[in-house]
Amino acid sequence: MTTTTPTATAAPKATAPEPTPRRTRRRSRRSTPLTIAMLAALGYFLLPLCWLLIASTKSTQDLFNSFGLWFSHAPQLLTNINATFTQDDGVFVHWLLNTALYAVVSALGAALLAAAGGYGFAKFRFRGDRLAFNLVLGAVMVPTTALAIPTYLLFAKAGLVNTPWAIILPSLVNPFGLYLMRIYAADAVPDSLLEAARIDGAGEARIFFRIALRLLGPGLVTVLLFTLVATWNNYFLPLIMLNDPNLYPITVGLASWAAQAQNGGAGASSDMLALVVTGSLLSIVPLVVAFLMLQRYWQSGLAAGGVKQ
Amino acid sequence: MTAVRRRRMAGPLFVAPFLTLFLLLFLAPLGYAAYLSLFQNRLIGGNVFVGLDNYTQALGDPQLLHGVGRVALFFVIQVPLMLLLALLFALALDSGLLRLARVIRLGIFVPYAVPSVVAALIWGYLYGPDFGPFAQLSHDLGLPAPDFLSEGWMLGSLANIVTWEFVGYNMIILYAALRTIPQELYEAAAMDGAGAWRIAWSVKLPALKPALLLTLLFSVIGSFQLFNEPNLLMKIAPDVISSSYTANLYAYSLAFTGQQVNYAATVSFLLGLVIVIASYAVLLTANRRRTP
Repeated sequence: MTTTTPTATAAPKATAPEPTPRRTRRRSRRSTPLTIAMLAALGYFLLPLCWLLIASTKSTQDLFNSFGLWFSHAPQLLTNINATFTQDDGVFVHWLLNTALYAVVSALGAALLAAAGGYGFAKFRFRGDRLAFNLVLGAVMVPTTALAIPTYLLFAKAGLVNTPWAIILPSLVNPFGLYLMRIYAADAVPDSLLEAARIDGAGEARIFFRIALRLLGPGLVTVLLFTLVATWNNYFLPLIMLNDPNLYPITVGLASWAAQAQNGGAGASSDMLALVVTGSLLSIVPLVVAFLMLQRYWQSGLAAGGVKQ
Repeated sequence: MTAVRRRRMAGPLFVAPFLTLFLLLFLAPLGYAAYLSLFQNRLIGGNVFVGLDNYTQALGDPQLLHGVGRVALFFVIQVPLMLLLALLFALALDSGLLRLARVIRLGIFVPYAVPSVVAALIWGYLYGPDFGPFAQLSHDLGLPAPDFLSEGWMLGSLANIVTWEFVGYNMIILYAALRTIPQELYEAAAMDGAGAWRIAWSVKLPALKPALLLTLLFSVIGSFQLFNEPNLLMKIAPDVISSSYTANLYAYSLAFTGQQVNYAATVSFLLGLVIVIASYAVLLTANRRRTP
């Protein structure tokens, strides 16, 4: 990531979204000790999620009165789910829908902007292109939260706070995404193909949308997933930008419930705790499912993200 | 010829949308923070230009220095541990020695799909003295419960949450880099009589350098911004996590509870500066070590 023009590390072939074929490496025998060690590690990563699943079947009282890693005598997952969806006039549904809206719009916008920008920087020369690109590259290091407070102050002046735009707009600019797409475009879109299309009389916009965008697919999906997760995860920005609970994404909503559950006296008296736990479970189900379905894209895209030294 | 002119215009047009938003939503806030940091809002006289006074105040502010010190300590302890684990897991997955490799890979990656707010909530309850399984087990065995949320343990407890969230993500980056190593390299190494360990050390590790650098950079940027996890645990351990526990928490409370907009902007700007300097320090160190 020096200021020289970065080049790709992996040929597009290696980053195609097909699952990598199993290498026919000289396989020694499978190692049982290593497998056991890795399964122990797996246990550490899955244990909190197992706890969450079990805890979601308990009433607040049972959370205190039964062992955390085993079910209580009266499982009530459906009761909890129902209570979660009906609490505060069904605000939880709003939170889920808001999160999906913010994340999907941001991810699509960010990926498209990064793809067009990366393609423009990779395939065209124009005055100031190097300067502009290096400016964006330098911004990769600037933390988004350092920008959050001044962004809030600017948005307050522009009347954008407490609107969905306050969350979506800042998520559209993804400097690392642009960098990634530039590498990817330089590699995956052959100049000869562009020239051939131009000779055939196709306009630049048409070439981009019809030809380049298709070749940029895997890289595009990677930026899309990155932004999707980042926006889904976002807490700091919506926390400062929004004060209407009906606009909250799931993260801010759950945190506000957790605070209520905590302040509800000694905890046991409050019924909020079971809702926070069940709400947490419900909030991660869609993302975990999406992850497992899209995981091969992660790998292929991330391979392109390595920085050539 | 219009076609040629169209082509000359195309490049700037493709990058224009991104650059416009970049200017408005990235550079403008940055510039605005810099501008605000040079002023103070006083009861008498209103907005007054004070030069670098806010910076002098910030650099001598024990709350800020402690907050930055804490995240620096967090970084020094948590990041090497996390990246080492990610590296070991990636090498294990790539070695072909594992049974159930696919299940293990996905299982370790899954926590990345859990928003950090939810991760902090889960672990906060797991750590808890009331119904956390650790406390319950200790209680059943008649032992004192481990006090994960105490002053001494808190930073370690936070490090554990972040490690749990991000080991899998870093592992996937490293694993993806390992999969791009050409087969011929392994064959050549094997011909030279290199064993599995020797191949890992002499072929895989050098090939992983760029990817490791990338994960390290992301980790620098992530750790110094630490906010979500302490902000959530603050509610269950208010005596341990103060409003200035990390630099970012401090900036937040300055802006939104203290209403000290100018000083909050100064702290934000300084924190951004610290992160940029730390990132470049990482890059320069990596580049200096590079064999030509």
